[in-house]
Amino acid sequence: MLMDLFNHWVVITLMMSGLYIVIAQGNLIKKIVGLAVFQTSVFIFYISMAKVEGGTAPILADGITQYSNPLPHVLILTAIVVGIATTALGLSLVVRIKEAYGSIEEDEIQQQDNQALSESNLEKEA
Amino acid sequence: MVIVAFAIIRMKDLFAVVMLLGIYGLISASFFIVMDAVDVAFTEAAVGAGISTLLMLVVIAMTGRKEKANRHKPFSALFIVLVTGGLLIYGTLDMPHIGAVDAPIHKHVAPRYINDSMAEIGVPNIVTSVLASYRAFDTFGEVVVIFTAGIGVLTLLSVARRKESEEEISSINDSMHEQHLVIRIVAKMLIPFIFLFALYVQFHGDFGPGGGFQAGVIFAAATILYAMLFGLSTARKVINQTFIQLIAAIGVLLYGSVGIVSLMSGGNFFDYNVLASDPIAGQHLGILLIEWGVGCTVASVMIIIFFNFAGRQELHQQKERVQNQEPS
Amino acid sequence: MIAHLPILQVIIPLMAAPICLMLKRTQLVWLFSIIASGLAFAVSILLLQQVMASGVISYELGGWQAPWGIEYRIDKLNAFLLLIISGISTVVLFAAQTSLEKEIPKDKHIFFYVLYLLSLTGMLGIVATGDAFNVFVFLEISSLSAYALIGMGNKRQALWASYQYLIMGTIGATFILIGIGLMYQMTGTLNMHDLSQRLPEVEQSRTVLAAFAFVIVGVCLKLAMFPLHLWLPNAYTYAPSIVTAFFAATATKVAVYLLIRFTFSVFGFSFSFTHIPLQTIFMALGLVGIFVASTSAIYQNNVKQLFAYSSIAQIGYMIVGFSLSTVTGLTATLLHMFNHALMKGAIFLALAAVIYRVGNVELNNLRGLGRQMPLTMAAIVIGGLSLIGVPLTVGFVSKWYLLMALIEQGWWPIAVLILLGSMLAVIYVWRIVEVAYFKEPLNKNSTIKEAPMSFLIPIWVLVIANIYFGIDTRLSVGVAEAAAQSLFGVAL
Repeated sequence: MLMDLFNHWVVITLMMSGLYIVIAQGNLIKKIVGLAVFQTSVFIFYISMAKVEGGTAPILADGITQYSNPLPHVLILTAIVVGIATTALGLSLVVRIKEAYGSIEEDEIQQQDNQALSESNLEKEA
Repeated sequence: MVIVAFAIIRMKDLFAVVMLLGIYGLISASFFIVMDAVDVAFTEAAVGAGISTLLMLVVIAMTGRKEKANRHKPFSALFIVLVTGGLLIYGTLDMPHIGAVDAPIHKHVAPRYINDSMAEIGVPNIVTSVLASYRAFDTFGEVVVIFTAGIGVLTLLSVARRKESEEEISSINDSMHEQHLVIRIVAKMLIPFIFLFALYVQFHGDFGPGGGFQAGVIFAAATILYAMLFGLSTARKVINQTFIQLIAAIGVLLYGSVGIVSLMSGGNFFDYNVLASDPIAGQHLGILLIEWGVGCTVASVMIIIFFNFAGRQELHQQKERVQNQEPS
Repeated sequence: MIAHLPILQVIIPLMAAPICLMLKRTQLVWLFSIIASGLAFAVSILLLQQVMASGVISYELGGWQAPWGIEYRIDKLNAFLLLIISGISTVVLFAAQTSLEKEIPKDKHIFFYVLYLLSLTGMLGIVATGDAFNVFVFLEISSLSAYALIGMGNKRQALWASYQYLIMGTIGATFILIGIGLMYQMTGTLNMHDLSQRLPEVEQSRTVLAAFAFVIVGVCLKLAMFPLHLWLPNAYTYAPSIVTAFFAATATKVAVYLLIRFTFSVFGFSFSFTHIPLQTIFMALGLVGIFVASTSAIYQNNVKQLFAYSSIAQIGYMIVGFSLSTVTGLTATLLHMFNHALMKGAIFLALAAVIYRVGNVELNNLRGLGRQMPLTMAAIVIGGLSLIGVPLTVGFVSKWYLLMALIEQGWWPIAVLILLGSMLAVIYVWRIVEVAYFKEPLNKNSTIKEAPMSFLIPIWVLVIANIYFGIDTRLSVGVAEAAAQSLFGVAL
């Protein structure tokens, strides 16, 4: 039984390494890479549940009776497109952030914002 | 694949990280083939290994490739990841096994697609039937997502261009591109074939893997190749910005109007049966039209995204040149 | 055409978006967007009437029967939400043109309207659909346009806020995707109605439990429920004012809707509230959310940020009502969704007007505005009173129902805590009143004028609605109650 689920566990490991990159890394590009890894692993998860033992690709042909489940394939086609759309938008934000802050490290940006905030507070008190 | 994923965590050099991501995409594409998902594999190879890697490289060229050494809050991250992963593994315990024929997903809903789609739609590729007819509205949503992303990138990155800077940039490009004579000639020969292949994929979607989305990506890839080799400004002369925006909008409208026409002729939204006197012919017509809608939007949005990223990069290079000239 | 209303609801703004891109003149695009949004509003009114009269409407897209094709399923709950979303969107759009002049470069205006309509489409799509995967697709349409809209803000913090939202939002959406995948794996269907019938069979399995957890966490990320709220304050503060007004009034409501839809309709009441201590968890988080967010609101100097924190607190009230899992509790939540949309729409539009005249909304710069912009500031004050829950405003009605629901269950201590939470709202609203009415203007001879009519009309439409529905509660309470009852009807 354990061997049957082994595949799922590998996929879960992949997902989690993607999620870990997103949360733990401070570099904005790497966060987006992490998101891509996370999403791609979810796609793998969907596709592996569509597999049927002894089935073939879901393109109808004579003499074949077992096909893999086409529905997850369709869903994942959509999800891949959504993924690239998110990546593109995220990267364009990164480009703008680099231009505006001169950095793509999370903590440096946070620091700059805090500084700006405390300066404006000082002005008010003065 | 696990190795690649862990390598991405450890790597500090963003260039290598992006390359690894490309490899990751390619391996997943191969995995999808093993799992019988040929359409998905096709798309993942084009998108995961192709377009997204390319975009990331362009961005890295602008932002620098070195990552700062410090990695903060690894413990809380590890905690969250372990909890989530643990929950998922807990969830797998009652899961049907991979490949099991009697899993619920193979028993409900899906059999109808496999058994009846030939009679109801008349297209051998079941994925295409489901994508373009049974669940046409999801695909419409997907086209709108892509359209949204295109507009989003435009709002964030588009720069108002002036004539003189345009010429200056093209002069830089010219000097740069003369070095790659062989590549340019080979590419010139290749590009028409890539376009032809895109058309083949567009029309072949009914029978084999392929369809509007993949065709759109391939078409965009050919254009991007052209732009990379002959300079952005040359490419922009061939395909102008407003024109591509128009095509993107038309793609969405074409898709939507298929729905509206079917609504007008007495069916439900996206009910292709009413488009022609014979339901099967109606389904064929509907699928053909919406695939063109998908193709148009995807190709033009990919081109928009790439042009705007690359346009920003040129702006950066130009600024740097100006800065370098000033001290001397 | 009456039969096609459900799809028209979503398709009108959707098709209008690409058409906007083709129109060249900004003025024209603005008018066109208003018309599209207005039509959607009209459709939603018709839909609500139809649902109230004859029950659930099901619309099969592509003419394919439900579990095979995608189904639009309009019941009282989502008809109510469609009305809120399209109504607020239309009102807010009236002020858009004037407000954009000062906040967004001219050449980006058309893109703004296109994205605005797409975001509207996304939200309407999420609410109208009866298919779990379709929810994900439309969720992404609304989120992607939201990231871009927030990134249009004129300060650089807007970019950073948008990026953070993008990361959090995408994690949330992917969690929902995992959850949908697990559900699909156990049942073989994606249709919500079908799911609700097939899930009880496999209710005991650990996979369904995991699916539930992933969907709920994903939705809560989108909802900005405490403690997953970190992206919200900055996103609301630095987004263009019109966008803030629109999102504050609608976006979180859509997430609350998803929460209700998944727990009550899809997983079913008995599963959601008996297998898991959901009630206790949500009650506790809701209450902590109210107190932490209200306290943070008190310490903010930027008024937009202040009200953003107040929004998180208001989400807390909705969650408390939801966690009671009684008809009255749910009615209170639904009412509060409606009422909060009216209050926050009015407040943030008024703030947009202040930004138009003054340039920013730092608390110090509001000095003496009570005399310079009397109508605008009065709107903020009435909105604030409504947030506190003063009688004759809508805020009172929903607080009243929430208290009734708590007392019905005999949870006196929590009712007292809710009242204490309202006292915190008194403090932060008072800070604004004090500055605006009892302090001299910074610059004695500054000539700040009242906001132009294009602001005042939509602001006061919302303010009057605020008072009207505070007095005449038949419509809002009637629909909310009916919707709550129907949810329990399905579940029990």
